[in-house]
Amino acid sequence: MAKITVDGQCYEVDPANNLLQECLSQGLDLPYFCWHPCMGSVGACRQCAVKQYRDEDDKTGTLVMACMTPVTDGAILSIEDDQAKAFRAGVIEGLMTSHPHDCPVCEEGGECHLQDMTLMSGHNYRRFDKRKVTHRNQDLGPFLNHEMNRCITCYRCVRFYNDYAGGKDLSAQASHHHTYFGRFEAGTLESEFSGNLAEVCPTGVFTDKPFSEHYARKWDLEAAPAVCTGCAIGCNTSPGERYGSLRRIVNRYHSDINGYFLCDRGRFGAHYVNSDFRLRSAKDSSGMTLSSEEASIAFARDTQKRLIGIGSPRASVEANFALRRLVGEDNFYAGFSDSDYEAMQVLLNSLQDQDFNCPSLKQVESADAVLIIGEDVTNTAPRMALSLRQSVRVAAYELADKARIPQWQDAAVREIAQETRSPLCIFATGATRLDDVATLRLNASREDLLEAAEALFVRLSGDSPHYREGVTGRTMQAVEETYAALLAAKKPLIISGVHAGVEAMRLASNIAKRLAKIRESSCDLVLLAAEHNSVGHALLLEEKNSLGSAFNRLKDEGCDGLIVIENDLYNRAPTSIVQAALKSVDTCIVIDQIETPTARHASLVLPSTSFVESANVLVNYEGRAQLSFQLSPCPESLKPVERWLNVEGSESTESLIRRCSTELAPFSELDKCLPHPSSVVPGAKFPRMSHRASGRTAMNADRNVHEGKQTLDDNSVMSFSMEGIQPLRDATVLGSSWAPQWNSNQSISKFQNEVNGALKQRNSEIHLITRNSHLDYYPSYSRTEGQSDEHKYLLQAVQQIFGSDELSARSKPVQSRMSDCYIAFNVESAKQLGATTGDSIELQDTGVELTLVVRADVPDGVALVYPGSSATGLSVNRFDLPKAAQLSRLDKANSEYGLGVSSLVVDDRVDVEVTTGAIL
Amino acid sequence: MSDRPLTKNIDLARGPLSLRDYEAAGGYRGAKSVAGLHPNEVLERVKESGLKGRGGAGFPTGLKWSFVPQGPESEQQKYLVVNADEMEPGTFKDRLLMEGDPHLLIEGMIIAAYTIGANKAFIFLRGEYVLAEKRLARAIAEAKEAGHLGTNLFGTGYDLDIVLHTSAGRYICGEETALLNALEGKRANPRAKPPFPQVSGLWGKPTIVNNVETLCNLPGILANGVEWYQSLGSGGDYGTKMFGVSGRVKKPGCWELPFGVSIREVIEGHAGGMQEGYSLKAFLPGGGSTDFLTPEHLDTPLTYSAIGELGSRLATGTMILLDDKTCPVGMIGNLMRFFAHESCGFCTPCRDGLPWVDAIFRDLECGKGSAKDIAILHDHVGYMGPGKTFCALAPGATAPLGSGLKLFAEEFEQHLVHGACPYL
Amino acid sequence: MSENKLMKNSVITTSLSRELTAAEISEIEHEISLYPDKRAVGLEALKIVQRHQGWVSDESMRAISNYLDIPVADLEGVATFFNLIYRRPVGKKVILFCDSVSCWVMGCDRIKQKITDQLGIDYGETTSDGEYTLIPVPCLGDCDKAPVMMIGEEMHRHLDEEGIESLFRNAAVNKSGGDS
Ligand SMILES: Cc1cc2nc3c(=O)[nH]c(=O)nc-3n(C[C@H](O)[C@H](O)[C@H](O)COP(=O)(O)O)c2cc1C
Ligand code: SF4
Ligand code: FES
Repeated sequence: MAKITVDGQCYEVDPANNLLQECLSQGLDLPYFCWHPCMGSVGACRQCAVKQYRDEDDKTGTLVMACMTPVTDGAILSIEDDQAKAFRAGVIEGLMTSHPHDCPVCEEGGECHLQDMTLMSGHNYRRFDKRKVTHRNQDLGPFLNHEMNRCITCYRCVRFYNDYAGGKDLSAQASHHHTYFGRFEAGTLESEFSGNLAEVCPTGVFTDKPFSEHYARKWDLEAAPAVCTGCAIGCNTSPGERYGSLRRIVNRYHSDINGYFLCDRGRFGAHYVNSDFRLRSAKDSSGMTLSSEEASIAFARDTQKRLIGIGSPRASVEANFALRRLVGEDNFYAGFSDSDYEAMQVLLNSLQDQDFNCPSLKQVESADAVLIIGEDVTNTAPRMALSLRQSVRVAAYELADKARIPQWQDAAVREIAQETRSPLCIFATGATRLDDVATLRLNASREDLLEAAEALFVRLSGDSPHYREGVTGRTMQAVEETYAALLAAKKPLIISGVHAGVEAMRLASNIAKRLAKIRESSCDLVLLAAEHNSVGHALLLEEKNSLGSAFNRLKDEGCDGLIVIENDLYNRAPTSIVQAALKSVDTCIVIDQIETPTARHASLVLPSTSFVESANVLVNYEGRAQLSFQLSPCPESLKPVERWLNVEGSESTESLIRRCSTELAPFSELDKCLPHPSSVVPGAKFPRMSHRASGRTAMNADRNVHEGKQTLDDNSVMSFSMEGIQPLRDATVLGSSWAPQWNSNQSISKFQNEVNGALKQRNSEIHLITRNSHLDYYPSYSRTEGQSDEHKYLLQAVQQIFGSDELSARSKPVQSRMSDCYIAFNVESAKQLGATTGDSIELQDTGVELTLVVRADVPDGVALVYPGSSATGLSVNRFDLPKAAQLSRLDKANSEYGLGVSSLVVDDRVDVEVTTGAIL
Repeated sequence: MSDRPLTKNIDLARGPLSLRDYEAAGGYRGAKSVAGLHPNEVLERVKESGLKGRGGAGFPTGLKWSFVPQGPESEQQKYLVVNADEMEPGTFKDRLLMEGDPHLLIEGMIIAAYTIGANKAFIFLRGEYVLAEKRLARAIAEAKEAGHLGTNLFGTGYDLDIVLHTSAGRYICGEETALLNALEGKRANPRAKPPFPQVSGLWGKPTIVNNVETLCNLPGILANGVEWYQSLGSGGDYGTKMFGVSGRVKKPGCWELPFGVSIREVIEGHAGGMQEGYSLKAFLPGGGSTDFLTPEHLDTPLTYSAIGELGSRLATGTMILLDDKTCPVGMIGNLMRFFAHESCGFCTPCRDGLPWVDAIFRDLECGKGSAKDIAILHDHVGYMGPGKTFCALAPGATAPLGSGLKLFAEEFEQHLVHGACPYL
Repeated sequence: MSENKLMKNSVITTSLSRELTAAEISEIEHEISLYPDKRAVGLEALKIVQRHQGWVSDESMRAISNYLDIPVADLEGVATFFNLIYRRPVGKKVILFCDSVSCWVMGCDRIKQKITDQLGIDYGETTSDGEYTLIPVPCLGDCDKAPVMMIGEEMHRHLDEEGIESLFRNAAVNKSGGDS
């Protein structure tokens, strides 16, 4: 700790940081632009100037840029000094010379850091009367608008997009006051983190395009703290709502999870809640619409029968819990495919095992050697890929430390590091988005990867690994290098996941356990679940109750029917089995937010609420249960799943959560994710509406000029009102961040204990799982089948960030980045089959036809299959696919293009010239 | 021993000396002499000589070199970079040295690289210097051929490779850290200091950037000794310096003269004094980013400290003269346009301040200026001053601007009153 | 195969690449051999291509980007930073006209006007016969011979109006032809 004096006040600060960060940590108002709390300093904007004095006798002092000046013990500073103030006003005046007068029509208005800083710096009269510089804008695709005239050249966009997120298609161009930030030419921004530009840009150059199509000012948006439903990471979001429709998602800071950034699936995928895919009314088997009462009566009638329940990894803990209560634990079945369920058991075991630590994303960033086995993190848990991209910088920080360059000196750290990276070893089938920062890639079929992982495990066990005959030197070398990297690391991390499959997860566990033994302390292990509440759902299941056994029950044991909540069974089992099961019963109740193929077979369909219309608790891959608050009043026709199920205690989310924690051992602490009563002023509520909301009383005046009563919310500590506790004071709930003088998201520092620290208001969350076991190693892996028929291709299902998730695939902006289902193999295979991208490929003996994408990095003998999404109609059921198949090119182009096959985020597509006609 | 160690071989009429003739004239004696010395001994000599950098800042060369981490623990890859980007307005001294005697520079580079332990050196040459490029390329080839470059130089076991890099025209590339970015193939934005290039420079490795003229001083120092070197020059600065004069003089040009000659001697002696019908109104003593001086300063000796005491800088030593028939406002406006265009666009005061200043000058020129504009110019002198911008480009621009505003207040005023440039 | 449908989701991506010529490649390869990192030679490659093609087209940009494995956006950032990389076609000879301080003091404005009058082009323009493009250049470092300019690789010093007149006499004929 160091002591500094700012304008006569003494503060204790961290000497590892710069003055700007520490001033902000102390709650002082010091303007800035180019500095970013997690991207460090570059000193470009010169907005953060302060006076620094040599000692107490120094009365003149010198101006320094706070962000570029290290904290030194005893430093004497002034923010209020006249010269410093005048200089900062000058900087704003300069930045504003070419800035348009378009705040009234600018989407950033009202939450614009530039507006805030302009006011704070005291520039309020324009002296500049010369010609402004103007620019042409580019069409950047479905996610972002581009309005370059608003640019203040802080370089944050390229620093985020390229340096932080590894993007390649955005750059600073031209120079002097013509500096331009854009692509080489108009076109969709390729990075899957592009949406963050809307928040990283301190003004309105990059703004959220879907939002601007249906725009409202920040102050007119109702906001509540929510948790993303895009994947198992559980990023915190702040959705904004007006007139009953969701308008946008912005990041909500969580120090351990998403920090300041979201992925584009999370940011743009939530628009499914407004889409036509939503179920908005109850229906009977003939498709007739039922009123809520009729539906409840029909439901009550059906539940007289003997029903089994199938839960869901995309339904909340309460929804699953309520179903389990309704049908009884023995009749409550997994909503996972059987293979995923087996994988989930490995995951749950790993969370209880004392040999492991399941790192948060923040901890992932500090891992100094990472091995990923089989999981395509970018496409299955995108935000983690961004953290992994930071983890490779650990080595850079070490170099910088040695040269005494502070970590926040962003450009200097990158310069001294050059290509130095901490090990990131990726065992994957095909190219991944992290390849550019990987230090080692093993690209092979799933079986070969598993074999390599097994060899690595044996190597770690001190034996000489048994390499299969025919294993190439490259694989052995990969194993040896990975071995060395993991052993040398201080904080190694092993990653696999449900999509990689149960064998990969077992091997990852074995490797991590072995490392734990060697290191004599726990080893970081991430096993990624597939969906946003996979872990919560799995924790509620009795081990024997797999989905397969549910189907058997339906077939054999003459139960009368089933209830499916928020699940599409066609995503969980082969078509024939699902069809047979659904046919075998008369009663099939489906409760879901969205129209799915399963819902189409239901005898009764009940529409449930999305994360916007009700609160829910979701458990992420770490076992972290997080409360996502209700955002907007629930329309009459919708109910949360648990309320349709109408079990005891389901009157409010809160009461059901309490019941769950008293009744079920794994959830005994669950109620701690509720806002703590002692931290909530009794009776006082947190407003969802901002205190500056305009037109509140006139919102419904087109229908009724009398001011309606506010919707009451007895269930929550939040209210549908603009009145209540100011978010800054006493708040334990942070819907969206705002502080006096800080209207933009940069206000977040006012809510942090210190910059990049935890939120003062804490998070509505609890870690559910306690580590209390020491499990044994899993049995060693051995290849099940021999080398397959050489004419056959091993088929391997792959995921896509845009499309693989059921909910976000129904969001319009995400759909414009989606692909149809496709098959991919390499150039060699394409030549052999005489096929090229866009051709139709048949999987022989299955009747399945798929569009071909030729990709550079698919291993020989492997064909990747992306099953597509039922949201677009063009999809295959991945459980219908054989393990291997012979392929042939059909003599027709696939005429059924819906979305095309162009939008892969990993673009290793290659163009092959082939003369038509197979050369087989 | 010549008293013009930098230019003794230069004869523009005949072109540069070949390697053989250069050696015959005593060339490469300095480089060969380091073969018997430990790098530290060479460093000591350079420190003792009092050589200061000729790129503009006048920083002691030996001291700069001593910041390069040495010893077995330090980074082994080190670089020497020659700053031959000469684009400072009114500056034309490095061109003369490179076109006139390329081997002198190469010899200087060998000495510098040996001292800091760099095996690779780059000459960063501005793209427009086509003739210099050809002559340097030929000289490098000759030196390689003769074994003066390559491996095991002069039997020392020391290797040196020189790469000639030609740029594509940006003044900011002359700023040493921007230059490094340009060499790495990046946009030439300057880098933050610290870390200094001596610690983390080219590709993150320890790097020394020196001006052409600075390096050309080394062969003489090594060959003839520190004492000889210090006998040249007076007034606290040692050796000789390239001094130049451009503007309405009878014989504009560039001469090697010992430190301490008076300005008058250069302008009236070497440059032949003002042309008929013109008289000297003011001058920039060391290129476009120095403060104006006036005829009353003509008897000042040309040393860093003497010029510094007048509130200006010796900088590149190439003087730009303003005569009584030329509009001072126009001249400053011309400089401002240059700086505005050459701003790299990284930091706010420079990027957005200079174009404003430029626009004001354009308005003043055609009589559209206002008193408010003059006030804004004054504001910008402070706003873009040293320490406030990311690099020294903008502060350089404020030198002629700030001093000019004071010195030519009357002329500025006339532009307002006249509604046009009074000199037209 | 329907190209349109394939591209349905992405906003126009038009510009194509071309093949670098053998001569260009061998010069670029030589440069690569001089630097520890091939991405350092982006500017050199741009200059090489410009020397061969006269300017750097979008197609050339992509070709260099592919060859050096530098994202084309980054390469554009470099190309547009430097004064002497031409991203638009220029005339056979580029006139780099020094308009910096020493030349200005020596009356370069009048010379510039003379060139404009004679060739019919202002800064950034090319004569209608495609012969000359006029571009201002920051101080050419030949200030004692001001005013100066550079045409192609050749320096022209001590410029005066008569000199300009005779220098471009032939061009002037072309111009009047082209203007009619
Ligand atoms: C905007 C700017 C332009 C510069 N241009 C040059 C230049 O063209 N040549 C040069 O030698 N130094 C130039 N310098 C100075 C260099 O940054 C650096 O100080 C010099 O090359 C160091 O060499 P020296 O120690 O030998 O003088 C420039 C500095 C600035 C701020
Ligand atoms: S002062 Fe700033 S904008 Fe100007 S050249 Fe230096 S870094 Fe670039
Ligand atoms: S925030 Fe300090 S210079 Fe930009």
